[in-house]
Amino acid sequence: MSASTTTPEPRLKEHGGGDAGAGRRIRQVREAGILLALVLLIGVTTVVNPNFLSAQSVRDLLLGATLLTILAVGQTLVIITRSVDLSVGSILGLSAFAVGSLFVAFPDLPVGVAVVAGVLVGALCGAVNGVLVAAARVPALVVTLGTLYIFRGVDHWWAAGRQINAADMPSAFLALGRQTVLGVPVLALAAVLVAAVVGWYLASYRSGRELYAIGSEPDAARLSGIPVDRRVFSAFVVNGALAGLAGVCYAARFGTLDATVGTGLELEVVAAAVVGGVAIFGGSGTVLGAALGAVLLTTIGAALPVLRVNGFWQEAVVGLLILIAIGMDRLLSVRAERRLRGGESRGA
Amino acid sequence: MAPESTTALRRLLATREASVLGALAVTVIAASFWVDGFASGRNTGFLVLDIAAIAIIALPMTLIIITGEIDLSVASILGLTSAVMGQLWVMGLPLETIVPLCVVLGVVLGAVNGLLVTVAGLPSLAVTIGTMALYRGLAYVVLGDRAVADFPFSWTGGATARLGETQIPWIALLIIVLALAFGVVLHATPVGRALYAIGNNDEAARFSGISVQRTKLGLFVTSGAVSAAAGVFWTLQYASARADNAAGLELSVVAAVLLGGVSIFGGSGALAGVVGGVLLLGTIRNALQLADVSSDTLSIVTGLLLVVSVVVPNVAARLRQRRRTTAPPPGRAVTPSPNTRTKQEVI
Repeated sequence: MSASTTTPEPRLKEHGGGDAGAGRRIRQVREAGILLALVLLIGVTTVVNPNFLSAQSVRDLLLGATLLTILAVGQTLVIITRSVDLSVGSILGLSAFAVGSLFVAFPDLPVGVAVVAGVLVGALCGAVNGVLVAAARVPALVVTLGTLYIFRGVDHWWAAGRQINAADMPSAFLALGRQTVLGVPVLALAAVLVAAVVGWYLASYRSGRELYAIGSEPDAARLSGIPVDRRVFSAFVVNGALAGLAGVCYAARFGTLDATVGTGLELEVVAAAVVGGVAIFGGSGTVLGAALGAVLLTTIGAALPVLRVNGFWQEAVVGLLILIAIGMDRLLSVRAERRLRGGESRGA
Repeated sequence: MAPESTTALRRLLATREASVLGALAVTVIAASFWVDGFASGRNTGFLVLDIAAIAIIALPMTLIIITGEIDLSVASILGLTSAVMGQLWVMGLPLETIVPLCVVLGVVLGAVNGLLVTVAGLPSLAVTIGTMALYRGLAYVVLGDRAVADFPFSWTGGATARLGETQIPWIALLIIVLALAFGVVLHATPVGRALYAIGNNDEAARFSGISVQRTKLGLFVTSGAVSAAAGVFWTLQYASARADNAAGLELSVVAAVLLGGVSIFGGSGALAGVVGGVLLLGTIRNALQLADVSSDTLSIVTGLLLVVSVVVPNVAARLRQRRRTTAPPPGRAVTPSPNTRTKQEVI
């Protein structure tokens, strides 16, 4: 990796591309890279065992990727603004249990109401994070480390050792977890929809672009009149709502809920975003990348046993991927910087 | 008392270290009164053993966070060390050989973190999230979901042995010695001053002749070695080598350090505060457990403590600053003297 800083790159002088051009190129290289890795992984695994691409296992794979994708999309919003939300696993657990409890209390509750309630619980938790981060201007890492414990504690306190089972929830709700449209699980469609909407918002809306500005240089963003605190607050609320939605999906899919649901998920979510090219210190990254990162991590988990690699390797591979991803980011940004510098010196 | 020394005393009492230690004292006194069995020597022994790993790992973590970096891989290093220790024991190596090998392993794992941060120039938060997964994963690769528990009692009993006739485990002495050593390095040597300088502005530190990269590398190596040693202790303490040992402990360690008043941005904090933070968390946990308060309340309390300890001083400082800028005292000079400033703060 150190080679990148010492080897001169004569080719660079050919492109005097602007900042946006270099940034876009990095992201495209990155997303193409993940896609390539994904295709290779699926290809090799299918050659080894053709059953890997059977309708059933693809459906399982998509369902598995759903939760992580929804969470990673939300996390992207937060990380872009130079924050992080470590409490998403706890939020997911809390809203999943809230949905289950609602059904226990009101067995005839319409499914839609339960879904909205789960999302609202998540949004409320997100608002707590958002207020603490935006109003007190305390680093999100610290705040959400605290709320990770608090939300989980509330979940434990509420559950008090109880477990909610599939029998406690209406079949119409549980069907959400199994239903398919043209062979694609409904939940996976929900994840795609979420990713598309948030991705479109980030790319096309002024307030979406402002999130990037905040992440690249918070002080400059503030001085240029962007309502930084309000934007950061909103990012946390939306991220919380999405974690709540993921909790609803969890409840519908697994049907068994206790207070430990979603424990330790936060780092996998951050990992998916980082692998997907979302820079951990804000300012760059796309929802598409984060979603691809989530799908890649899930696919690795599904492919390893098929490839007869000991399943115990999974976490190690994930760790290596994160390191490769951030290493690649560094490499590309060093190159882009040098390219820019080359352009500058010619221009001056 | 002369006004200057009153001010100095007041300032000392207003520090985060003082408030953490004060909170600790209040907790200990309250628990001794109201919680049956808290103030026994037996319970103190349990408490110390309970927090031993966190206390030891929090020491290098403090130094790392003061330089503005972070190491989230500490619990994974502990787990990997434990797994390797179990595997080597199964393979028939004597513990006299295994233990030093484990510490060497910790040095290597810490060096990997350190090199990725310094030579490759990657952010430590991202690097150690990566190595956290990698090291934990390697622990599973080494030992799977097996548990190795047949360590000789001379070692496992030795880990939790008490000092003479007292109920105090010997590890308490080691923790005190280590805390003093880290405290001296941090607060009384050029190395310690360099750490604060790096945390405040690492560019300026570099220009003033501090070898920033080498210092950071040293810290990550130290952190790795200490975490591995904690892994050896953990394995013997619970007489169980498992890949998932201490999973999630990194968050407890970071929480204790931040609770102790170390700024996550680097550049400020004191070791006394961190020791207070570790003890405060451990004492509250222990007292609530004895009082039959469930573990859910424990995590709520832990989280609230962390949030309140960071949010309240921040909001207070901002409010104070706003009051000062919006309503300057009439007829005063623009810059108030230290005395008037203290008065304003008191009001």
